[in-house]
Amino acid sequence: MTSGARIVAFGEHRPPRVVGNDDLPAALGTDDAWIQSRTGIRSRRIAGPDESVVSMSADAAGKALAGAGIDPADVDLVLLATCSMPTQVPGGAAQVASALGARSAGAFDINAACAGFCYGLSAAADAVRAGTARTVVVVGSEKLSDWMDWTDRRSAILFGDGAGAAVVQAASKPSIGPVVWGSDGTLSSLIDIPAGGKLNLDGPAVFRWATTSLGDIARRACTAAGITPADLDLVVPHQANLRIITALARSLGATNAVVADDIVDTGNTSAASIPLALARMTADGRARPGDRALLLGFGAGMTWAGLVIEVP
Amino acid sequence: MSNDEILTEFARLVQEITGINAAQVTADKSFTNDLDVDSLSMVEVATAAEDRFGIAIPDDALKNLKTVGDAVDFIAKAGVAA
Ligand SMILES: CC(C)(COP(=O)(O)OP(=O)(O)OC[C@H]1O[C@@H](n2cnc3c(N)ncnc32)[C@H](O)[C@@H]1OP(=O)(O)O)[C@@H](O)C(=O)NCCC(=O)NCCS
Repeated sequence: MTSGARIVAFGEHRPPRVVGNDDLPAALGTDDAWIQSRTGIRSRRIAGPDESVVSMSADAAGKALAGAGIDPADVDLVLLATCSMPTQVPGGAAQVASALGARSAGAFDINAACAGFCYGLSAAADAVRAGTARTVVVVGSEKLSDWMDWTDRRSAILFGDGAGAAVVQAASKPSIGPVVWGSDGTLSSLIDIPAGGKLNLDGPAVFRWATTSLGDIARRACTAAGITPADLDLVVPHQANLRIITALARSLGATNAVVADDIVDTGNTSAASIPLALARMTADGRARPGDRALLLGFGAGMTWAGLVIEVP
Repeated sequence: MSNDEILTEFARLVQEITGINAAQVTADKSFTNDLDVDSLSMVEVATAAEDRFGIAIPDDALKNLKTVGDAVDFIAKAGVAA
């Protein structure tokens, strides 16, 4: 057993096509002011026909590997967190591994919806600590635009496309804290995509669940990491709705932390939202090496997972 | 807790969540028309009130709370402990 695991680099893929609130289909019958006040979203990226869950994943993960100077052939495991693959079978992880040139990697998908990246990161850290893998690529990637009902203003305004990735390796000093996770299958109807169908969202119920539950999960993740919310430098919750993020920040009392607001020009990108936010904040200097960041994913299932990491 | 005490405490919660001055939060005010509290802030206020007063405000009940007075009455009837 190695003593710990750490993230060594992030990478991202943001589709070039920017769709502002005013560019949304007129048939939705919504407006910019409503969307901004209820969600904080100004624009989102929407993938083009040549951008897929797999291709966006490979781009983001390739950048993370290049950033860390790691040969893709040395990757032992590829974990793809997604809930928007165009195929039920196969999953996308093997195609991502091949596109990367990770010839000897194991690969599997994780469908824990918007919580998927945190589940993947925790599984990656465990695999590294147990010695099952030395280098793991964890990707969150979504093309939810394929699964939107573009006549439903209660859901279509929220979501965007993109991919974010992290590379996890062994470390003498543990930098990925214990995960605090949970689920509640009695709430499975709150967010779903039935076979062959489109995404359904009970927005008010999800909002209520989130503002009731997330503070406690976040505090438990801090406790598990041996710190208090005041010790956090960054809070990076799943970018579901800025109003949920603001409510969480208030209830958590992370008074010294920068709170991720990537949703404003990214929309809700489900499993991709946390690594996308981290990649950007690392690049623009808001996240500095050694910073302690709380990651908190939650979504369809319901599923949730929170953990504290040290920024590479 | 008397209704006045509930109102004072409730107004404090509304100020904490929405930034509206607690002095503005009086019994006759409508949440949407007078105070500009939207449906999402109402949910947050309800969640905070549940915690603070140790009561439950189900969605069906929340929909019927149009004024600050409605909310205070609901909290009083829900059996707030002193
Ligand atoms: C989706 C969300 C923004 C909707 O906000 P809301 O205030 O709860 O909206 P409701 O569905 O209760 O609708 C309230 C009113 O706004 C209207 N409305 C909803 N969406 C609208 C839009 N895009 N533009 C204009 N009006 C809209 C509704 O028609 C309704 O009007 P009515 O009462 O006259 O029928 C909000 O519930 C939310 O963000 N929830 C969390 C969702 C989430 O995070 N999902 C992903 C989790 S991974």
